Amino acid sequence: MTATLLSAKNLSVRFGGVLAVNNVSFDVKQGEVFTLIGPNGAGKTTVFNLISRIYTPTAGEIDYLGPKGLIKLTDQAPQDVAALGIARTFQNIELFEHASVLHNLLIGRHTHRQTGFWQDLFFTPSVREAELQSREKAEEVIDFLNLQHYRDTFVAGLPYGVRKVVEMARALCTEPKLLLLDEPSSGLNVEETDDMAFWIQDIQQELGISVLMVEHDMGLVSKVSDRVLAMNQGEVLAMGTPREVQSDAGVIEAYLGSVDDVSSLRRPTGTSPRATQGGAL
Amino acid sequence: MRFIFKTEYRQDVELAKHDGHRLWYSVLMLLLLAAPWLFTEYWLAQLTFVLIYSIAALGIMLLAGFTGLFSLGHAAFLGVGAYTQAVLTNSGVPFPIALAGAGALSAAVGWVVGLPALRVKGIYLGMATLSFGFIVEEVLARWESVTGGNAGIHIKKPDLFGWVLETEIQFYFLCLVITVFSTLGILNLLRAPTGRAFVAIRDSEISAQSMGIHLARYKTLSFAISAGLAGVAGALYVHKLQFISPDQFNILQSIDLLLMIVIGGLGSVHGAFLGAIFLITMPQLIALVKDYLPAVVGQAPGLQGLVYGLVLIAFVLFEPMGLYGRWLKVRTYFEMFPFYRKGMFKRQKSFQKSDRLK
Repeated sequence: MTATLLSAKNLSVRFGGVLAVNNVSFDVKQGEVFTLIGPNGAGKTTVFNLISRIYTPTAGEIDYLGPKGLIKLTDQAPQDVAALGIARTFQNIELFEHASVLHNLLIGRHTHRQTGFWQDLFFTPSVREAELQSREKAEEVIDFLNLQHYRDTFVAGLPYGVRKVVEMARALCTEPKLLLLDEPSSGLNVEETDDMAFWIQDIQQELGISVLMVEHDMGLVSKVSDRVLAMNQGEVLAMGTPREVQSDAGVIEAYLGSVDDVSSLRRPTGTSPRATQGGAL
Repeated sequence: MRFIFKTEYRQDVELAKHDGHRLWYSVLMLLLLAAPWLFTEYWLAQLTFVLIYSIAALGIMLLAGFTGLFSLGHAAFLGVGAYTQAVLTNSGVPFPIALAGAGALSAAVGWVVGLPALRVKGIYLGMATLSFGFIVEEVLARWESVTGGNAGIHIKKPDLFGWVLETEIQFYFLCLVITVFSTLGILNLLRAPTGRAFVAIRDSEISAQSMGIHLARYKTLSFAISAGLAGVAGALYVHKLQFISPDQFNILQSIDLLLMIVIGGLGSVHGAFLGAIFLITMPQLIALVKDYLPAVVGQAPGLQGLVYGLVLIAFVLFEPMGLYGRWLKVRTYFEMFPFYRKGMFKRQKSFQKSDRLK
């Protein structure tokens, strides 16, 4: 729990006149579940896209403890991030729709491919061997997430909740050290959200994978997270355990508005008993 | 209805998934081997054209059906292959080496044309490849010292290291062998990581990239394979016709090639072959029917274009999955008789994102 896996230092991104992320720093330690929360447009997904190198930060850098020691993630190409052990899911599900679930999972094994184009063309025994190995690994993930029933189904025909799980399964197939989950519970019902919480805990405890997630459902956040970072308008509001962050004045202000805001709506003292109730907010 | 009892992962890796596959593909192979003695010379020639177009169709299917990149200038690759073959063969290079040269040069050109595909998508890629097609057609017409210009170019008979293929039957078998190997190559790629990477790029570039797939590398690879196969097809095409001129590789040919895979069924290897059969037999069928139609209709110019257009519109409206999709439905109907439901192949429409322009 002590070594730092990923450390973002003074990250900033500017899109034209919009400062989407402003001077954000945080560390993800090995084996922890770290959650980003914040109102819409706070810059959470932008931080994700910075880590998976879809965007390049205007300022600041990200250090990552890769398989070959500490590296600067901001120097890596987007397609090399997966090989370093960082896998992600997307807020709006980006699965390969016209392929079966198994096919999707096998694509997740891409970073582990050992054969090249010419071997694939002739389907040499080494390719056959590698295919069977990939399949074994994919089956382990299928067992882990209970997807046996959907193995050969096309993704285009799956319900939303299952797709969320399939996307997580595909990310797990890359055998990551750090899993980025972008709103894992969005669009899920209460029961599916409970399952999701259970799986995130399993991923952390059984597989020993660190999780960085963006999430709105505070029930799920407080159940699984070790630490929480609250953001608003691209800036860090608070960081700490879920309980600490939830009681932080700045966070409450970002979500509910400040006490001053409410008091300005209040009528002159003594005229209405309801005004005092409002003040308790 | 066939239920496959899977006991080993190996079964999902094999090309032939069950005994039915083995049986029917063996029958097909025997039929193709016996074809010279079953068909008249005329229909054997048509079958040879089907094989040649199937090779080109496999390439475009890989590019458009499996990687999601559309090319409106594919006739240009056919032309590059055909002219390379003609020039090399006429200067005395044996057939296999000339064929390899034609395929390789086409693939190299395809790789270069694939580079803009890294930046542009959908209709813009169509425009880029379209203009590339015009450029090649123009080059073939103007570079008279090599290509013979608009007067065209004749080619000698294929020469396999001293053994000259004189008859149509020998040439048919040559085409058959090359078609079988091309098909096996494509099927192998599709069941290996390379093919899966193509499919990943087709369905979602952003997640393909975050799964570690090098977009630039695989897109140019797909273009190169596709162009290489078109080049091989072009090389056989020139031997078949024995004479080519630049106007055989114009935009109409490109559209024919694209039409072929759309009607065959995008995203299936079977579709490439069904499309090629359609493309070759349709004009023949129209010619056959012509004589029985009233003269006003039958002898009217542009009948073929009209029928093509109507067929294409009908497919887009009623059977977007093409001939192969239709075949799947018919087969399922009989397999499940009498339990087939009308909506069985209807895809659930999801409204998560606007339909991407492909």
